[in-house]
Amino acid sequence: MTIHDLRTRHGDASDGSADQVGGRLSRVDGPAKITGAAKYAVEQQLEGLAHAVLVESTVAAGKVRAIDTAAAEGAPGVLLVLTPDTIPPLKTASDWFGTPPPDVPYCPLARDIAFSGQHVAAVVAESFEQAVAAAALVKVSYDEAPAVADLSDPKAGDGIPIDMMTKEWGEAEAAFASAPVRICAAYNTPREYQAPMEPHGLIAAWQGDRLTVWEPSQWLDGMARTYAEWFAIPFENVRLVSPYIGGGFGSKALALSHGAVAASAAKMLGRPVRLVMSRPQTFTGYGGRAATRQTVTLGADRDGKIQSIVHRGVNETSMGGMWVEPLGSVTSVMYATPNFSSKQNVVRVNSVVPGAMRAPGENPSAFGIESAIDELAYVVGIDPLEIRLRNYAEQDPHARKAWSTRQLREAFAAGAEAFGWARRSPAPRSMRDGNQLIGWGVAAGTYPVRRAYGEALVRILADGTVEVESSSIDMGQGTYTILAQTAAETLGVPADNVVVKLGDSRFARAGVTGGSRLAGIMTGAVHKAAGAALDQLVGLAISDPRSPFHALQANTLVVAGGRVSSPRGDGPEVSIAELLASVGADQIEAKGDTMPANSTAEDRYKAYTTIATPLTHTDGDYSRHSWCAHFIEVRVDEDFGTVRVSRVVSALDSGRLYNPKLAESQWKGGIIMGIGQALLEEGIVDRRHGRIVNNNLADYLVPTNADIPDIQTISVGIPDPHSSALGGKGVGELAIVGVAPAVANAVFHATGKRVRDLPITLEKLI
Amino acid sequence: MRDFSYLRATSPAAAREAAALPGAMLLAGGTTLLDLAKCGVAEPETLVDISHLKGLDTIEVGEHGARLGALAKMSQVAGHEGIKSRFPAVSEALWQAASAQIRNMASIGGNLMQRTRCPYFRDPANFPACNKREPGSGCSAIGGVTRGHAVLGTSEACIAMYPGDLAVALVAFDATVHLGERQLSVDDFFLLPGTTPEREHAIQPGEMITQISIPASAAARRSTYLKVRDRQSYEFAAASAAVGIELEADGRTIRDLRVALGGVATKPWRARAVEEALKGKVLEEDAVRRASLLAVEGAVDHGANHYKIELAPRVVARAILKTGAMA
Repeated sequence: MTIHDLRTRHGDASDGSADQVGGRLSRVDGPAKITGAAKYAVEQQLEGLAHAVLVESTVAAGKVRAIDTAAAEGAPGVLLVLTPDTIPPLKTASDWFGTPPPDVPYCPLARDIAFSGQHVAAVVAESFEQAVAAAALVKVSYDEAPAVADLSDPKAGDGIPIDMMTKEWGEAEAAFASAPVRICAAYNTPREYQAPMEPHGLIAAWQGDRLTVWEPSQWLDGMARTYAEWFAIPFENVRLVSPYIGGGFGSKALALSHGAVAASAAKMLGRPVRLVMSRPQTFTGYGGRAATRQTVTLGADRDGKIQSIVHRGVNETSMGGMWVEPLGSVTSVMYATPNFSSKQNVVRVNSVVPGAMRAPGENPSAFGIESAIDELAYVVGIDPLEIRLRNYAEQDPHARKAWSTRQLREAFAAGAEAFGWARRSPAPRSMRDGNQLIGWGVAAGTYPVRRAYGEALVRILADGTVEVESSSIDMGQGTYTILAQTAAETLGVPADNVVVKLGDSRFARAGVTGGSRLAGIMTGAVHKAAGAALDQLVGLAISDPRSPFHALQANTLVVAGGRVSSPRGDGPEVSIAELLASVGADQIEAKGDTMPANSTAEDRYKAYTTIATPLTHTDGDYSRHSWCAHFIEVRVDEDFGTVRVSRVVSALDSGRLYNPKLAESQWKGGIIMGIGQALLEEGIVDRRHGRIVNNNLADYLVPTNADIPDIQTISVGIPDPHSSALGGKGVGELAIVGVAPAVANAVFHATGKRVRDLPITLEKLI
Repeated sequence: MRDFSYLRATSPAAAREAAALPGAMLLAGGTTLLDLAKCGVAEPETLVDISHLKGLDTIEVGEHGARLGALAKMSQVAGHEGIKSRFPAVSEALWQAASAQIRNMASIGGNLMQRTRCPYFRDPANFPACNKREPGSGCSAIGGVTRGHAVLGTSEACIAMYPGDLAVALVAFDATVHLGERQLSVDDFFLLPGTTPEREHAIQPGEMITQISIPASAAARRSTYLKVRDRQSYEFAAASAAVGIELEADGRTIRDLRVALGGVATKPWRARAVEEALKGKVLEEDAVRRASLLAVEGAVDHGANHYKIELAPRVVARAILKTGAMA
C-alpha cells in the first residue's frame, strides 16, 4: 500500500523524456570517462604499493620439475618470489552455483600443468619494471607430457556426453529418414576472446583480517564470496571496489587465480599489491569462448516446412574444469518442428577452462541453425526470409508454452522493409559492382530473459539530491544512467539531481551482471526503493506538524520536478530540500529489493553470491526471450576473397527500452562484435605446443572502425510484463546472436560458396 | 624489460659514436623498439635517443625527386602534397600502414628498421628456437602456424615475412638509403635471410639512417599501392603491391613498369620478371594477368600460407590495371 501514486508507466518501447525511464539520456558517466577523471581499478594510488608479475608455464601438459628462483630473488627491487611451494595454501572456494567445496587446499600456482600459460610462479617487486625483469629470470623446468592441443587433435576423441543438454521430442531420426528434402552440414567456430580494452588486474590490500580488492568486476558479491572463502574470513570482511570497468563481455564475473596470487602476496608482505595481466596473458589467464563443432541435420518437405531437426554439438573444455557451451539453445526454440533431437558432448583439451563470452551458447548455436535453414532455403528454392516465416514457432516448441512476447515476425517485416529485401536477386553470384560480388543475407537471433534478484538503496539528501546505491556495476552498458532515470521518474526529480553509486560491495547487493539480466532487475529494485523513499517523504509532509502541508489534511501529495505540491494545487509548493528542512529531517533513506517478501538472510546471501537462481525463463505460463533479425549486405572481392560488410539493418525485440540511446549503442556493439566473429576472430593454436600464438591485439583481429558500416537498428519490442518489473527484456547479448550466420549467408549469396568454419577469411574464398 | 641506460644524443655524429658501442640502439619514434623490448626480443643496454635532433625531419620534393629526412614521421610523409602528387604509391603505402597513432610517432628511418611479426620471433619465453634471434637455435615457425609467413626469399633457417609497406614502394622506385656518407639502394639495404637471418639490414654498428631519397620518374608519378588484408585497417598485408607505370605516347603501350610485392616475402620484393614481361607490351587484362603470375616464380609455401601464392599475382594484376587506368 502506498500513500502516493507510484509512477509505473509501461508506455511503448521507447517513450519518455530524459528524466524518465524510456528517455534518451546520454551516459551520465561519459564525461568522467572521456576526460580521464574516472579512476579504474588498478589506477588507485596507494601508499607502499608493490607490483606482482606472473610467470606462466611454457608447456601445455606435464609437471613442474623444479623452479629456480635464485636469480629472480637477487634481482633489484624484488620483494618476494612465489612458487607453488612458497605460496601459503588457501581454502578451496565454492563454485558459482554455491556448491560446497571439497575440503582440500587451493594453490593458485600450478605444479600440475594442464595448459600453456598456466600461472606457475609470481614475482613481486618495488616497481612493475623490476618485477617484469625478475620474472624473466625465474627458471622453470618441466617433465613434459603429451598434450591435446585442440578439438582437431587426433587424441581429442568424441568427448563426454552432457545428458542435461539433451532435448528431444517426436521421432527425429525417423522423420529425417523419411523427409523428402534432407540436408546435413557441420559448422565450426574457433576459440574467441573477450579482449576487453582494460586487461584483467587488481590491487589487493589487507588491514588485519579485512581485505579490500580494487578489481574490475561483473559480480562484486560473487567475487567477494570467493576471496572470503579462499582466505577463510567472513564475507563481510571483503570489500570489492569496481566503479568503472573497461569492458567485460563475460570475462570479469569470477575471482580468478591471479587475484588469489595478488591477495596472497599482499598478505605476506603487509603491503598493497598490484597485479595486471599483460595482453598476451589475457589469452591464457582465463577462458574465452570455447571452440565448437555442430552438425545440423534438417528434414523438410518440398515447400520448406521443417519435419525434423537432428543436432549434435561439441565444445572444448579444459582437462580439469568443465565448461558447457549450450549449443542446442537456439536450435530448440527458433523454429516449429514436430521432431527434434539435440545432444552435446564436451571434449577435454589442454587449454584454460573456457568461459562466458557475450551470449555463450546462443551465439554459436545460432551459427549452426541459422546457416542450416539458409542452406535449406536454397535447396528448396524459397527465399531465406520466407522459409523462416513458414517455420515460425507460434509457441516455444521445447517448453510448449506461449511466448511472453515474440516480436520476431515484426522484426523480419521491419528489417526487410528498411533493408529493401524485396529487391534481392535470388540466385547466388547474381549481384555485383565491378570486382565486388554483392550478397544479401538474413538470420535471426534470440536470447532468453534471465531473471534474478537485486537490491538498491535510495537516499534523499537534505539538499534534495537523490543518491542511489547498489553493488551492481556499469561496464559500459549504461547502468548509472538508467538507474538515475528510474529514480528520477519514480521520485519526480530531474535526473541531474540523482547521483548513482555503483561498484562497491558495501552497497546494497546485486547478483552477477551477465546474461543480460541486470537492467531488468535493477530498474525494478530502484523503482521499489525509490517508491519507498517517496512514501516516507510524502508521509512526513502530510503528518509532521512542522510541515507546510500539515494543515492541508491531504492524503497524498504530488512530487514533480523536485517540488512538492498538493494534487489540486490549493496548498503551498516547496522544494524537497525546503520540505526536509521544515520537518527537520537530514535525509530519507529506503531500501528496496526484488526478492520474495519472506526471504531469509541466507536466501539473500545465496541470491547475490551464486547463480543458483530459481527463476528460469520458462517459469510459470510463459517462455521469455528477446528476438532479433539481422539483414546484412557484404561485398566480396572476386579476386582477393576479402569480405567487407557494407550494410546492416537489424530489427530487435528487447521489450521496452529503459533508454533507447544506450540500448541502440549496446545492440550496435553486439553487431560489431558479431562482424568480428564472422570475419576476423580466431585464436590460432600451434598444435605442437598447445599454445595460442596470436595472443595480442595486432594479431588477434577485432574490427576497426574502417570495417564497420553505418548500422541501422530498429526497435520492435513492446513492454513485456512477464519479463521484468518495468517491461524490458535483455539487450546486451541479443544483438550478437545471428550476426555471424547472416554474414555467412550473405557471403554465400555473393559467391555461391558456403563457409561453415568461422572466421570467413580470404583464403576460404579464393 | 630490463634496465637500460638512456642517452640523449647532442648531434648526429655523437649519436653515431654512441650507437657504435656494444648493446647500444638508436631510439627515434620507438614504436618498434619499445614493443620488441617489452616482448623480451630487444634487450638494449643503452638507448641513444635521436628523436629531437634538428634537421633530420625535413621533406623535400622537387623535379629530381624526394628527400625524406630519417626523422620525418610516417604521417608527415604520407600527407605531404609533393609526395602525394609525385609518389602516390609512397603516400598510399604509408597511410595504409599501422594505425594513426603509430604513424604519428614512427619515423621514416625507423620504419625501415621494422622487424618481422613472426609470432615465434616475438615470444622468446615460449619459443626459444629462432635463428633470427639466436643464430643456430632453429626455426620454430617451420611446421607451426604459418599463415602469415613468407613464400618468397625464404631459407631453411627462416621464413619470417617482412611486414612493412613503405619499403615495398621504395624498392619499386629505386630509392636510396643514406647512412651518413654511405649510400645504398633500399633493395640492397634489406638482406635475404639465407643462413644469417639475424642480419636483416646492411647497416653497420655506428651507422645511422639520415635520409631516404627517391628519384623522380614518370612511373612513380603514376603509381599506386594496393594492400589486401582481412581487416580493412591496422593489419599487415596478406599481399600488397606497389606499382608504377609509364605509358608511351599512344597511351596504351608500357614504356616503364615498376612492381614490388609486400606481405609475401622475407624482404621488400621487386618483381622484375613481371616488369620485363610487360615492358613494350600493350596494357591489356589478359596479358597483365599472365605476366603477374611471374611475381611468385620460385615461391615455396609452408601449408597455411599457400594462399599467398594464389593471391599475390591477383594483387599485382589488379594494381597494374588500376594504375594503367589512372588518368
